[in-house]
Amino acid sequence: MLNSAKDQSPLISLEDVQKWYGTFHALKSISLSVRKGEKIVLCGPSGSGKSTLIRCINALETIEEGKIVVEGHVLDGSTKSIDAVRREVGMVFQSFNLFPHITVLQNCTLAPMRVRGVSHADAERLARKYLERVRILDQADKYPAQLSGGQQQRVAIARALCMEPKVMLFDEPTSALDPEMVKEVLDTMIGLARDGMTMICVTHEMGFARQVADRVIFMDSGEIVEEAEPEVFFKSPEHQRTKTFLGEILAHH
Amino acid sequence: MGPIGEDQFFFLMQGLKWTVLLAIVGFIGGGIFGILIALLRTSKNKVARTITAGYIGVFQGTPLLMQLFVVYYGVALLGIDVNAWIAVAVAFTLHASAFLGEIWRGSIEAVPKGQTEAANALGLHYVSRMKDVILPQALKISLPATIGFLVQLTKGTSLAAIVGFIELTRAGQIISNQTYRPLLVFGIVGAIYFIICWPLSHAGSRLEKRMAKAAR
Repeated sequence: MLNSAKDQSPLISLEDVQKWYGTFHALKSISLSVRKGEKIVLCGPSGSGKSTLIRCINALETIEEGKIVVEGHVLDGSTKSIDAVRREVGMVFQSFNLFPHITVLQNCTLAPMRVRGVSHADAERLARKYLERVRILDQADKYPAQLSGGQQQRVAIARALCMEPKVMLFDEPTSALDPEMVKEVLDTMIGLARDGMTMICVTHEMGFARQVADRVIFMDSGEIVEEAEPEVFFKSPEHQRTKTFLGEILAHH
Repeated sequence: MGPIGEDQFFFLMQGLKWTVLLAIVGFIGGGIFGILIALLRTSKNKVARTITAGYIGVFQGTPLLMQLFVVYYGVALLGIDVNAWIAVAVAFTLHASAFLGEIWRGSIEAVPKGQTEAANALGLHYVSRMKDVILPQALKISLPATIGFLVQLTKGTSLAAIVGFIELTRAGQIISNQTYRPLLVFGIVGAIYFIICWPLSHAGSRLEKRMAKAAR
């Protein structure tokens, strides 16, 4: 069937991607494909390239070699291709990066109005819908700094959703949060996953990985070391480096 | 010694008018060009960055007095007949644009990089990214330095006297020469400068506090 054939074609594909920072080889021949609706958790020690990898997908970082295709748009460095890809990809950052000088609601309406040309009224309607979804609509008229970290991160998720992306990238979304606020953000992400959003999450929250991930990918020194379903990944990792990493991570939980 | 009466005071007020006008023109002209300089200075284009760096370097590295001379006599050398007012306004605009450009360059760069990244990730283009995200935050950061410069500029207008421009200081000098009471006259002139500049500094620090509160 046409439909299922389309479902099989990857939404995101990376082929043999190489990246250097000067002489430092940050990404070594990364190949990865993500189907529509898939949830991927990327983990690995700091400096392993996992953040760099997802930042390449929406062209926040450039790559030296290889090919990245998102929803049929090949990232070739042109403004046109970057725009096309960023329209499909939402991103949530470790440090929230909300715009501090405008209200929560304005944070959410800015990009739809400026990028997609949505009217002010429609942008507000859209913003309220997604703020409601992350259960923070009552704070819409506050400034970001008046909210707790967990609330800010949920606003950041709503802000990205307002662009109605096909994929959401999460770059350590709970790492900057106080422990009691991690859950509210993870719950929001789990809700998003349940609704069928395609997600790539860089996170050390292994409970989250177990619960929602279709695949867990372990990176070390700029390469993908291991890639498996969560059950297999946590129970019987193949590589020694994965075992060591899991030992360190899980010892804390 | 002559008396300081209504006529003398009126003459000083005439000078004050030019001082204020000159400061306003310098600030508005300098502000418009200064934004341009700051944006070019922070752009991706290396040529634009180098040229504006040179521009800033020249105007920060030479005395305002010299800049006034060069513009005043330079324009005349080009065979264009302009009055002192235009020449001085141009000189102040150039001077202010270099300083404000550099102040605002620093403020733009002081806005956390995550703001640009978030704007980029949302697909915002350069104009919106600057207008809606970066510049409002940069303005807030720059406020103390910007107002500080405006105060400097106001006092700096006294140098326009050198090209025959009768602003407040020059007016004071003329009155002083008439009345032989330099201490009294320049005391009054100084007080007038203070009355303009002090509220400006004060308003600046209040505005700064209010904006800091709004962001909290």
